Amino acid sequence: MTTTHAAPAADEHDEHDDHPTEKKYWVIALILGVITAVEVALSYVDLGNAVAPLLLIGMVMKFFIVASYFMHLKFDSKMARRLFISGLSLALFCYLALFMMFRQFGPRDDRQDIDLIETGVPQR
Amino acid sequence: MTAVAVETSEPGHEADAHAADAHGHPPTNTGLSNDKVAMWAFLGSECLLFGALISTFFLYRSRAPLGTVKPHDVYDIPFTSVSSFILLMSSLTMVLALSAFNRADSRRAMIWLSATALLGATFLGGQIYEFTVFIREGMTMKTNPASSAFYVLTGFHGTHVGIGVLMLLILVILIAKGRLSPARAETIEIAGLYWHFVDVVWVVVFTVVYLLPL
Repeated sequence: MTTTHAAPAADEHDEHDDHPTEKKYWVIALILGVITAVEVALSYVDLGNAVAPLLLIGMVMKFFIVASYFMHLKFDSKMARRLFISGLSLALFCYLALFMMFRQFGPRDDRQDIDLIETGVPQR
Repeated sequence: MTAVAVETSEPGHEADAHAADAHGHPPTNTGLSNDKVAMWAFLGSECLLFGALISTFFLYRSRAPLGTVKPHDVYDIPFTSVSSFILLMSSLTMVLALSAFNRADSRRAMIWLSATALLGATFLGGQIYEFTVFIREGMTMKTNPASSAFYVLTGFHGTHVGIGVLMLLILVILIAKGRLSPARAETIEIAGLYWHFVDVVWVVVFTVVYLLPL
């Protein structure tokens, strides 16, 4: 019995042969280590409101470096990229929806949360 | 965009389910093996699971009655930083294992896979130690919503690391017994995808849970 399969379009796999070398993997690991060290140092330094955005930038950089090079997302098929990014986008949407639901974008009073736990009734 | 028809005969297909065409692509419509597509879809769904857990922690992280221990009171950042670095480096050893297996160097692949499992187990040991210290300092699962959210999130991640370590050890045994040949390197690649995902989740958890100020 012979079955016929449609091969993927050539442009979907053009990048396949460009996988990083072992030396490049070591360099990437070094960069990841340096970013982690900077992040930890930032958490000890008093930079006021600048700390959170800087930490988040470091986090996003590390996330995309690992996903692109170690998970080979940069060199793999577009389909793999789409599958992963769909999940990631849905997760971000879920995260933002929860925030909106709990009104985290508005004025926030931690004291209210504590009172709610202690008494079961939000205090004004 | 052109689609080229590739013909594969069924007996040959049965002999090696992962047979690739002349260009090295598996004989499927997507050009990716079904196993790999399944792993990517699974990882996409895992983003949702961890997205929900991280969101929950973020919402509850400051919700604690006065006088109870909050996660931010007990964190040991230098210790967790070392654990995070260990897990990051395990991603390096994982890609080195795949690279070695792709070169048909089974011995080196086994060494790197074992190193990855060891680094993963070290991270897990660190997490268990951390939990023990936190409980001793008075922060249990039931102390407050913040502590519950913390333990559920990090516990789920730890479970994923544990499953990954088991997966890696099974791969080492299969290679050692000669039941996994370099022709099936994709098996290592798929296990690697899972392992790197566990690593990227920790990248987010470490920043959001441990480092971001309240």
